Amino acid sequence: MGTTGQVSALSYRYDVPGVSDIEVYEQHDGYEGARRALEMEPADIVELVKESGLRGRGGAGFPTGMKLSFVAQDTGKPIYVVCNADEGEPGTFKDRLLMERDPHQLIEGMIVAGLAINAVAGYIYLRGEFAYAGRQLAAAIRQAYERGYLGADVMGSGRRYDLVLHRGAGAYICGEETALLDSLEGRRGQPRLRPPFPATQGLYGCPTTVNNVESIAALPFIVRHGVEWWRQWGTEKSPGPKLMSISGEVNRPGNYEVALGTTVREMIEIAGGMLEGRELKFFCPGGSSTPMLPAEKADTPYTFEDIQEAGSLLGTGALMVYSDQTSVVSVVRRFTHFYEHESCGKCTPCREGGYWLGQILTRIDTGTGRMEDLELLEDLCDNIFGRAFCALADGMVSPVRSSLAYFRDEYVEHIRRGVSPFGVEPRRDIAVVEFTRGGGYEPAPPATPQELQTEPADGGLSS
Amino acid sequence: MTEQVTFTIDGQEITVPKGTLIIRAAEELGIIVPRFCDHPLLDPVGACRQCMVEIEGMPKPMMACTTTVMPDKAVKTHLTSELARKGQEGTLEFLLINHPLDCPMCDKGGECPLQDQALAHGSNASRFIDQKRRYDKPVAVSQQILLDRERCVLCARCTRFSEQISGDPFIELFERGALEQVAIYEDEPYESYFSGNVIQICPVGALTSTSYRFRARPFDVVTTPSVCDHCSAGCTLTVQSRRGEIQRQLARTNMAVNEAWNCDKGRFGFPHLTAATRITEPKLRDGDALVTASWTDVLRRIRSAVTAAREAGPGRIAVVTGSRLADEDAYAASKYARAVLGTDDVDHRTRFAPASERDELAGIVGRDTATYADVERAGVIVVAGLDPEEEVPILHLRLRKAWRNHQARIVVVGPHLGTLADLAWRHVVTAPGTEAAVLAQLAGDGPLDGSAGEVAEALREVDAPVVLVGERAGAGSISAAAALAAAGDGGVAYVPRRAGARGAIEAGLAAGLLPGGRRLDDADDRAAIEEHWGALPAERGRDLHAILTDAAAGRIDVLHLIGVDLARDAPSAELARAALAKVGTVIVQDLARTETVAGFADVVLPAAGRQERAGTTTNWEGRRQRFARAIDGPDLVQEDWEILVQIAAILGKDLGFSDLAALRAEVERVGRRATPHPLPTVDEVVPAVGTAADDDGAGVTVVARPLLLDHGTMLTGATDLLATARPATVALSPADAAAHDIAAGDLVEVAGANGSLTLPAVLAPDVLSGTVVVPTNSTDEPAGVLADRDGRLTATLTKVSSDAAEEVA
Repeated sequence: MGTTGQVSALSYRYDVPGVSDIEVYEQHDGYEGARRALEMEPADIVELVKESGLRGRGGAGFPTGMKLSFVAQDTGKPIYVVCNADEGEPGTFKDRLLMERDPHQLIEGMIVAGLAINAVAGYIYLRGEFAYAGRQLAAAIRQAYERGYLGADVMGSGRRYDLVLHRGAGAYICGEETALLDSLEGRRGQPRLRPPFPATQGLYGCPTTVNNVESIAALPFIVRHGVEWWRQWGTEKSPGPKLMSISGEVNRPGNYEVALGTTVREMIEIAGGMLEGRELKFFCPGGSSTPMLPAEKADTPYTFEDIQEAGSLLGTGALMVYSDQTSVVSVVRRFTHFYEHESCGKCTPCREGGYWLGQILTRIDTGTGRMEDLELLEDLCDNIFGRAFCALADGMVSPVRSSLAYFRDEYVEHIRRGVSPFGVEPRRDIAVVEFTRGGGYEPAPPATPQELQTEPADGGLSS
Repeated sequence: MTEQVTFTIDGQEITVPKGTLIIRAAEELGIIVPRFCDHPLLDPVGACRQCMVEIEGMPKPMMACTTTVMPDKAVKTHLTSELARKGQEGTLEFLLINHPLDCPMCDKGGECPLQDQALAHGSNASRFIDQKRRYDKPVAVSQQILLDRERCVLCARCTRFSEQISGDPFIELFERGALEQVAIYEDEPYESYFSGNVIQICPVGALTSTSYRFRARPFDVVTTPSVCDHCSAGCTLTVQSRRGEIQRQLARTNMAVNEAWNCDKGRFGFPHLTAATRITEPKLRDGDALVTASWTDVLRRIRSAVTAAREAGPGRIAVVTGSRLADEDAYAASKYARAVLGTDDVDHRTRFAPASERDELAGIVGRDTATYADVERAGVIVVAGLDPEEEVPILHLRLRKAWRNHQARIVVVGPHLGTLADLAWRHVVTAPGTEAAVLAQLAGDGPLDGSAGEVAEALREVDAPVVLVGERAGAGSISAAAALAAAGDGGVAYVPRRAGARGAIEAGLAAGLLPGGRRLDDADDRAAIEEHWGALPAERGRDLHAILTDAAAGRIDVLHLIGVDLARDAPSAELARAALAKVGTVIVQDLARTETVAGFADVVLPAAGRQERAGTTTNWEGRRQRFARAIDGPDLVQEDWEILVQIAAILGKDLGFSDLAALRAEVERVGRRATPHPLPTVDEVVPAVGTAADDDGAGVTVVARPLLLDHGTMLTGATDLLATARPATVALSPADAAAHDIAAGDLVEVAGANGSLTLPAVLAPDVLSGTVVVPTNSTDEPAGVLADRDGRLTATLTKVSSDAAEEVA
């Protein structure tokens, strides 16, 4: 294993004043990776990325070099690079900072990716709420065109490469790559049937690669500094640095860059340790859709393989940290509400299952749960997981399943007391479905008030 | 041959072509995997997740509706796999948590896939104790279609149908998650000629029809197979009646013709049978009024009129049949005219056709013409003088299918594109009625430029193009189209609009034409028919134009109209009305009190409608289909052929049959000519270009084109259906509009030879300059009032008002 702990790689220009301006960026090695890539054969770039072992940073961890090599080169159709900047997973905010602080890095990455697969154009699909990142990127793209890094004659090579910034309209599902493509084409953002895969029929039916911001931003570094440099961090199967969004009950939540292989406990320390008087109870290693892990697993090295071994997923690299003063039921209810709300509605298990899970968890959290609800939750998760059209539903059931596995007692306690043991006021005013359109929909009425049981909240369960 | 894949489903081995979906392969074995979103004619979507199966080596269940077959794999359905069974039950439970338990009052109850599957695979008790989704109900998607959103399982069948099949994507999924719902755009209503299909394919009771809602239960109705009589498409229908009243009509699957679809006119267009305008009893004219009479009285009246006309000399009786008749009626009418009345003055067309068309019609019969399947396969499809969506809607869907499936290049030959504007690849512009010349040029060797050159090039490239010729294509078009198709080993078809037109041609219902593609002036043909009918008229008779002209001049005493409203439908309303007024005895046998009946008929004979009788009908392909009696008509109506048998009898003749079986047996015996007459050569029938109407510069040529939903007799009473009719407009080119200072929406008076229409203007770049397009029969007066006595349509345009929007509304 390489060095661990905090590193400065992809984020090394974050604190350079004015680096979002192309002149400052150029002074800090800017566009050197693109220049190098231009001198290389496309296949060599892909090979280099393969050797680096870079794995996709958007959640699934698929080897990026392999993904680039899948792009069909012989269809006679134009080839596109699409950057998935629809960063919407709860707990994840690494891409936003990268685009805000160092937008040229992403543009350079898009150029390298384009060169690697002979693309004619790139599209950045940006989460619509990222207004500042959008302004930064738009300005940077304009500058890159002015300087000839983009456009009809990329860096004097005679090659054309255009870059388009597209702002999404606030749907989590559009982070799913085929829904993203549909949305980009102006359709309703819902996942597509696969096959055909984007590598053969993606954007506008043409070969396309869809990659996360961080994966694309890493390409110029790999091209410029080489495989050795990249592999100085991390493990054989999980090499490289990783941008981490660390959030929750730590002293300094925020973005950190660490070497893969750093343990979760170390990362909590890097983020300033747990808040005063709180002890780690559980954490989500890669955003809310990755199964939560209890405190005992905090010494797991943060690699794809070790986290998987521990029973979860690396996801987007969003470490969410929760203490013994937090109700796991409330957390899971909130997560579920998010996925229920963001389900695109296309397939039954996700649409209806999410709606049902949300109602049950709300009941348990607000004191009207039944013991049989726990088995029902587990069974519903079984009926959702792996049965839905895309991975959103699998992400939806992850927190429910994992919390039931590790903290079933706490659920029981909620149900037994009829109130949250954490002193959370039961909220009976939340309509289960809160969105209405065209006057046709009538929200559900508040649940029937129920006598609260007299036993007071005692401040929490020890975990 | 396609690569074959062998594998097993529930232990049974099966071999199917590579690329087959598992759900289809299972069907071949008789294993029905439960499904909601899957529809064999729609693209797979995988939305409902009901059809899970277990596939060997795969940890998760797979969807049978989106997964193609894999060699040597063992597939296990819910019948043999616990994984699949559990998954399916889970999905079914999910679908039911938000579904209301209102089956007892839901129209779909009794024929509902969700109900059936809940019964077969579902649990008796629900584990769901929480709050179901609630919506306002119902929401009107259109005047014909209501939506109960809480029943919807969001299978996207309706939205996919609209997008993929009919191409009217104004019905869509909105919102997301549990609030995903079918809706229409606020400012764009769901306007489609095919909207009824979404009701039929809805797997729950979410989409219901206003006309059928709460009227009957599927297990309460009597179901009868039928064939639609609204156009020449020949769609197979299911008629469902209860206590002798039609409750609804559904598309009946017939992959060769209408697949699983039909148009709204065919689906909802049956209230005319019970409308107030329906003729239910025989009537005789008494001054301005028509008074009820007995069958005996009307038959006697006919006998005296016919006898008197015969005594007055030859050529004083004529028969015009229109084209709604069943094949049996057409045969009976053909024989009745020749063998009973002794006249060849007969026509089934409501247009003024050139004399040479007789030879073309004779040549069609017995010849292999293009079919729906040919259209579906063709790489290039040439359409001349025909607007399929307005005239033969199911043909439009097939054209669209070819366009969508393999980018078939659709070429329109004529003065405008009409509803093919969205699909057409090239438009070869011609003056109205001169389509034949262009078709001939395309088939010839001469150099062509512009669109015509590209089309000729495309026709040379593809195998088996299809050329479709409609009724407006002008003299010689059928021959020219046949020559064009033959040059590419393709197919040709004459596509008339009305349901009985092809059958009428087969029966010889035109002057000089005899049954089976025979000709009156061919000695062998005459002999073949005389063997069955006795002596035939010696000379070829008159066609519609000559009949009306002579009638208007007082040279015809008896005009027998069978299912035709000449006062509205003749090309020249003025000539037709003058003729009808002049003729001593106008005998009309029809379904409804048409303008002809009300204004001109002296003897009215009540006829049975399609659903009230059995019969045979031939569609534009030449495909014969039988239909059965679904309901009893009014007590005193008779089938058209029966009426003719009785008239013949009172005139002292025996038509030779007294029941349908005997009639059909005679049709079989008469048969077709052994070898069809050759079609005329192009040189014989195609007029030279440039000899058309002389142009004095001030007027425009008018193209009268029917709209699907108009003032037609068989649409009376279908209120909800007619609410979806397209508005009557005058379409003109932007250049002509500018020349006349007309803007879109302006009210324009189109003044013709004998009348005028005032219509809002639509600017259409596809319309040939100097030409305007108006609907045939969508205005108070038909477009026929614009014509002169030869049916020529020219007019002058005058802007009446530029504030059209309010006036029209």
